[in-house]
Amino acid sequence: MPWDRNQMAARAAEELEDGMYVNLGIGIPTLVANYVGDKEITLQSENGMLGMGPFPYEGEEDPDLINAGKQTITELPKTAYFDSAMSFGMIRGGKIAAAILGAMEVAENGDLANWMIPGKLVKGMGGAMDLVAGVGRVVVVMDHTNKHGESKVLKACTLPLTGTGVVDRIITNLGVLDVVEGGLKIVELADGVTEDELRAATEATIVN
Amino acid sequence: MKKVYGSAAEALDGLLEDKMLIAAGGFGLCGIPELLIDAIVESGVKDLTIASNNCGVDGFGLGKLLDTKQIKKMMSSYVGENAEFMRQYLSGELELEFNPQGTLAERMRAGGCGIPGFYTKTGVGTQIAEGKEVKQFGGEDYILEEGIFADLSIVKAWKADTTGNCVFRKTARNFNPPAAMCGKICVMEVEEIVEPGELDPDHIHLPGIFVHRIIKGEHEKRIEKVTTRSREEA
Repeated sequence: MPWDRNQMAARAAEELEDGMYVNLGIGIPTLVANYVGDKEITLQSENGMLGMGPFPYEGEEDPDLINAGKQTITELPKTAYFDSAMSFGMIRGGKIAAAILGAMEVAENGDLANWMIPGKLVKGMGGAMDLVAGVGRVVVVMDHTNKHGESKVLKACTLPLTGTGVVDRIITNLGVLDVVEGGLKIVELADGVTEDELRAATEATIVN
Repeated sequence: MKKVYGSAAEALDGLLEDKMLIAAGGFGLCGIPELLIDAIVESGVKDLTIASNNCGVDGFGLGKLLDTKQIKKMMSSYVGENAEFMRQYLSGELELEFNPQGTLAERMRAGGCGIPGFYTKTGVGTQIAEGKEVKQFGGEDYILEEGIFADLSIVKAWKADTTGNCVFRKTARNFNPPAAMCGKICVMEVEEIVEPGELDPDHIHLPGIFVHRIIKGEHEKRIEKVTTRSREEA
């Protein structure tokens, strides 16, 4: 069985080490926060917050306290607030250890596309371009194939890029791959997924 | 010099012109200058270029200025919450200059600090880099981005004293300080105006030198996405 969303998030949480400052993207990456266990992880929200807490209890929502996905959240005793210029100062300045992001396409050279589909979906990159350019390590979490069954793990991206050569590791429903010299290296297979199945769903070059 | 005005319309009197560049604070609907946006709608000024991270939602925030077709161009990082935006953009009525979020914030900060340009690695090798100067530092490519010098800033803070020293609340700070800094004139709306000395000088987020006109008012503070956890989970 391929991993479901929560299993992918749990696997991504293993990437995080005690003491890290981390930025989580929207979608499956947001779920990663549920699986960090006893590790002391500080979540950065690029709209201007370090030390993001869980969603509020019903009735305790504060319109002045949201995350980068515009969801209501809460603060923690260690929380700090700052403006957007400082927020991206810490991102661009390499102070954030890792970002876990979703993607539309990833290429074998680490290129990432996750911000627009020309003529169809024109939403914008938000903070993604700054994050992939600035943080220490970029981990992509996404389904291995799109809804038409086509691989999202490609030799070269077809969509407009978010960054070039920026992805370090890809976690999909089928397994874990690292971007290495010459292509992608299989690090791990999801439970019950065979290497042949993963290779069949991957357009990118897989190296040993 | 008196900075406190009686209403948003009074505070904007004499400042609005067609085709001007306005920098607006806020992230999503959080910390947006609701009252000043309403007054700009009322004024009927048009062909505006607005630098703002987002463009509100349909019928609220900067979305109101889309409905009245007063915006010619947006400089933003994310505009995905607004159907009317998409319609005007795809039909060619509205221009859009995408800026990575951190680049937009730094362009505002830089403009406000007298810095006309800076180099960043954000966007290198992407569409964003097209037409921009590339320079190498330490063997790595960086692109030149320009500071934003706006004709007018419209921002929202929590509390200000009558000289414009102000504090923001939680994540409603976001783009407000850099947007405030980059305008020739900055008009700020707040929830509370206090006398000088009532705010701790060590805790001022934005000094009053950047703020020229202040108004106080009631804010709707609409929430874009209410997300909660149940008490049983705790």
